Amino acid sequence: MPLPAEFADLEPYLAWALPTESERYARRLDSSLVEMQTFYDAAFPRLEEAIVYCDEHPYDDLPEDARTLLRLMQSLVMVSFPVEVWKQARVPDSGAAYLTVTAEPVV
Amino acid sequence: MALYPKPAEGSWTEHFPGVGTGVLSYEDCISPEFYEAEREAIFKRAWLNVGRVEDVPRVGSYFTKEIEVAATSLVVVRDLTGQVRAFHNICRHRGNKLMWNDYPRAETAGSCRAFTCKYHGWRYDLTGKLTFVQQEGEFFDLDKADYGLVPVHCEVWAGFIFINLAESPEPLQVFLGAMVTDLGGYPFDALTERYDFTADIRCNWKIFLDAFQEYYHVPVLHSQEATPAARPKMPGFEAPYYNLDGPHRMVATSGPPRRLWPTDYQYPIEIATRSGLFGPWNEPDLGDDLPGVNPGGIKAWQMSNFQIFPNMEILIWQTGWYMLYRYWPTSHNTHRFEGSLFFPPARTASDRAAQECAVVMFKEFALQDAGMLVGTQQGLESRAVRDDFPLNDQELLVRHFHNSVASWVDDYQRAHPVSVTR
Repeated sequence: MPLPAEFADLEPYLAWALPTESERYARRLDSSLVEMQTFYDAAFPRLEEAIVYCDEHPYDDLPEDARTLLRLMQSLVMVSFPVEVWKQARVPDSGAAYLTVTAEPVV
Repeated sequence: MALYPKPAEGSWTEHFPGVGTGVLSYEDCISPEFYEAEREAIFKRAWLNVGRVEDVPRVGSYFTKEIEVAATSLVVVRDLTGQVRAFHNICRHRGNKLMWNDYPRAETAGSCRAFTCKYHGWRYDLTGKLTFVQQEGEFFDLDKADYGLVPVHCEVWAGFIFINLAESPEPLQVFLGAMVTDLGGYPFDALTERYDFTADIRCNWKIFLDAFQEYYHVPVLHSQEATPAARPKMPGFEAPYYNLDGPHRMVATSGPPRRLWPTDYQYPIEIATRSGLFGPWNEPDLGDDLPGVNPGGIKAWQMSNFQIFPNMEILIWQTGWYMLYRYWPTSHNTHRFEGSLFFPPARTASDRAAQECAVVMFKEFALQDAGMLVGTQQGLESRAVRDDFPLNDQELLVRHFHNSVASWVDDYQRAHPVSVTR
């Protein structure tokens, strides 16, 4: 099982379980608002529960399914502003600007 | 109505002698000639932050740093005694770039016991001494002692690695001054969970830097930092404290931690991750004594933003994390921005989620600045308005910065009247 059994309902969104910020941001830019909203509506109600689940394991030794779940939740954070605030994938008025992550902790 | 009392002089700007209240010129951001002057007068004379000690964790750890504004590349390394050293990243044989991978113009990092040139195999130890010359007997009276790497002044303060390209610069701590060095006891070394960002931005480095040293623009450009419910309560911005020290400057803000704001003043993701733009809610215990972070002793201190001349910013949050920004000019109207966010190492998944939320929100709002300021550059370059930009009291640091840049350029030009034209 790619996700813990309690979170099997999130398996349609597994493509969002991405390890790096650049992959999560690229998927955000490639997604429609409807796609992000659908993912958000499914995952947001499970966020606090997912964190509690992952917190039951040592962070430096997460089981694979918990790791996948946490990565999914990182993508939920990534789409939160498009869904909650911007109503679009890109930051409004940001033109051609980009900010690239060159180093980050990877779950 | 003023939220905070102003100094006795009536304004922060007038509180500091010599700053002035007149209109500002932005010619310093659009003139190629002025940029050429800055290269010599500022970037080849001032101490420049190029990294943290965590970037060279072990003996032999090194990284390279491209400094386009000074037309050079440096290699920074921890030698066998633990000392951090810097050299021009150039082989003494025929000038080849010494340390690089795949792409000569791209930065690299790694670990080694010696620097070996890819071209003819000349080798240098970690103190820069030339130790091996391929077919040494073919050369003519070559004394290896004469051909070490060209050293660059390198000093460390509070774990921040600085270099200086001048021949004999003043000591780093003298340059930084008391306002900055008072921060030396802050536990930067406890905040090692790090996210690095970079961006190439089509505006002068000072235009971008200006946007990160005044908060007058925040309730307007970044109105969505506040939720729709909170927005009407945030009509403007005032800082309770400003300070200047030599070419360096700082601003502090105050206010209750965001976690204590009403729930409709926070976005759902902030509540769910217990985090947000002002950082994770679970504050690390960094000790009670954090010297220098709140020099004004303001109540309900929230954060302090230290602008270290010329191109470095350290922004320390009361909630126990900090940001480091650097602005590297690449031409008179472009620069490379580097931003890093430093947290305590995540010990749990909830730590990770909270840091993730702070990092993602930083990027949302930084992109607003990055997008808009290209338009500022374009507007200024039209020269439709010249030398007539009014600044208010909350823009004191902008004023002081441009004054400081002008002063460094003027000083240099007085000492070198022929070499630079303005």
